[in-house]
Amino acid sequence: MPAQSPLPSIKAWPLSRFHFIKHYVTILSLLETKDRRTMGGQKGVKLLDFWVSPFGQRVRIALAEKGVEYDYQEENLAAKSELLLKSNPVNKQIPVLIHGSRSVCESLIIVQYIDEVWSDKNPILPSDPYSRAQSRFWADFVDKKVYVSGSKLWKLKGEEQEEGKKEFVETIKTLEAELGDKKYFGGEYFGLVDIAMVPFTAWFYTYEAYSGISVEKEAPKVAAWAKRCKERESVARTLPDPEKVYDFVGLFRKTLGVE
Amino acid sequence: MAAAGKEVKLIGSRPSPYVARVRIALHLKGVEYEFLHEEVFGNKSELLLRSNPVYKKIPVLIHGGQPICESLVIVQYIDEVWAASGPAILPADPLDRAVARFWAAYIDDKLGPNCVALALRLGDEASRAESKEQLFAGLQLLDEALGKISNGKSFFGGDAVGFLDIAFGSYLGWLKALEKVEGIKLLDESRFPRLAKWAERFCSAKAATDVIPEPDELVEFVKLLAHR
Repeated sequence: MPAQSPLPSIKAWPLSRFHFIKHYVTILSLLETKDRRTMGGQKGVKLLDFWVSPFGQRVRIALAEKGVEYDYQEENLAAKSELLLKSNPVNKQIPVLIHGSRSVCESLIIVQYIDEVWSDKNPILPSDPYSRAQSRFWADFVDKKVYVSGSKLWKLKGEEQEEGKKEFVETIKTLEAELGDKKYFGGEYFGLVDIAMVPFTAWFYTYEAYSGISVEKEAPKVAAWAKRCKERESVARTLPDPEKVYDFVGLFRKTLGVE
Repeated sequence: MAAAGKEVKLIGSRPSPYVARVRIALHLKGVEYEFLHEEVFGNKSELLLRSNPVYKKIPVLIHGGQPICESLVIVQYIDEVWAASGPAILPADPLDRAVARFWAAYIDDKLGPNCVALALRLGDEASRAESKEQLFAGLQLLDEALGKISNGKSFFGGDAVGFLDIAFGSYLGWLKALEKVEGIKLLDESRFPRLAKWAERFCSAKAATDVIPEPDELVEFVKLLAHR
C-alpha cells in the first residue's frame, strides 16, 4: 500500500554494531582519542557519547554552536555505565544529553532540544514554519538514508555491497540536488540539516576506500559544502580525522568477521 | 495571518495511519481541507509524484501550493502555522517536547510498523513471533510512559489530544484489526490498563471522529491486498 514507509524516522547508533568486547581495549589503545571539551562544564550539562559516533558528533556540534559548556563522558559500549543505562533505559544508546536532572535521547531530538533551550544565539532551525518543515524533512532523510546506505559500503561484500553502492550514490545525488548552490543546506545559515549530515563527511574517506565511490566525483557540491563546514570551529573541533575513522572501521570489521 | 486564504489539500488514503495523523491534526485546528484520495491499488497520481519526488508516498500536505511530506513533520507544521486556531499539539516545555518526540520516534520504529506487518501477515512464523514480542514489550513501555507523562490526565498531551496521542492513536485502527485477524487481545485492560482506557478516550475524541477506520474496514482492505 502506498502508505508512508514504516522506516524509522530517527536512527540512533545501534548497539549491535559495536560488539567488540575483546577488541575494545586494543582499539582504544591504537587510536588516539581526540581532545574533548571537558573544561569546566556548565552546571548540569553532561553528554554521554562515543568518540567515533556521528550521532554523538551532531550533539557536540550543536552545543559548540550555542557556546554551551558541558562535561563529556566517553562510554565504553561493551560495558555501559550505570548512568547511561539509567538515562536511556529504552534504547541504552549514546548520545544522551543530561541537563540538570533531565535526560534527552536520540541525536536529532537532542539537537532540537538544545536549539529550544539555548534559543538566544545561532538558531539551528529557521523561524518560518515552511522552512522548518523542510529542515526537519531533510534531516530525517539523512537519518533514514545516509547512515544505512553508507554502512553497507564497508560492512557488506559482493552483490549486497553493489546494492548498497547504488543506494548510497542515489542518496548523495539527492542531497546534491537539494543543496544546489546554497552555502549550507540551511541556506545562509548552518542549520539542522547541516548538523545532521556533517559528521558523515568524516566517513567519506572510509566509504571510498571500501567501495571506490568518491563523493567528490558523484556529488561535487556536497564535497565543497563539506569543506566549507570544516571552516566552522564547531565542526573542526568535533569531527575525527578521517584516517582514524578508517582505522576504527578496519578493526571493527574484523570483530564482525567481515574480512 | 500567513495561513489565511491559502488552500489546504491533503493527498492520502483512509487505511494509512500516517494520513490519519495529518487529518487529526487538521481537525484539532479546525482547518478546512480538500482530501485528495490517492488510489491504493492503481498507479500513483501525477500530483503525488510531483509533490513528493523523494519518497513518492502519502501523506502529502499541500498548503498554498507548497508540499510538506512525512507525517510527523506535517503535524508539527500544522501546529506552528495554525498555532492560534486550536490547542497546542506539541507541549510548550522543551523537555516535554523532546519526550513526546522520543516516544513518537519509538512508536514509528518499534511499534507501528510491527503492528501493520503482523496484520498484513507478512514474514515467516519466527519473525512474526518476534514482532509480536516486540509489540507487547512496546505496549508495556508505552503504558508506563502514559502514566508518567499524562500525570493522571486523559491524554499523553494532558487534557487535550497532543502530539504523542496522535502518533500512537493513528495506529489504533490497525491494532484493532490485528486483534481481529489474530484473535488476540492487544490492548488488554488487565495488562495495559492505562493504555486501554486511553484508546477508548482517543477513539471517541472529536478530532478523531471518522478518521480511525473500523477494524472491519481494515480487515477487508487486508483481504483485498492479499489478492493482488
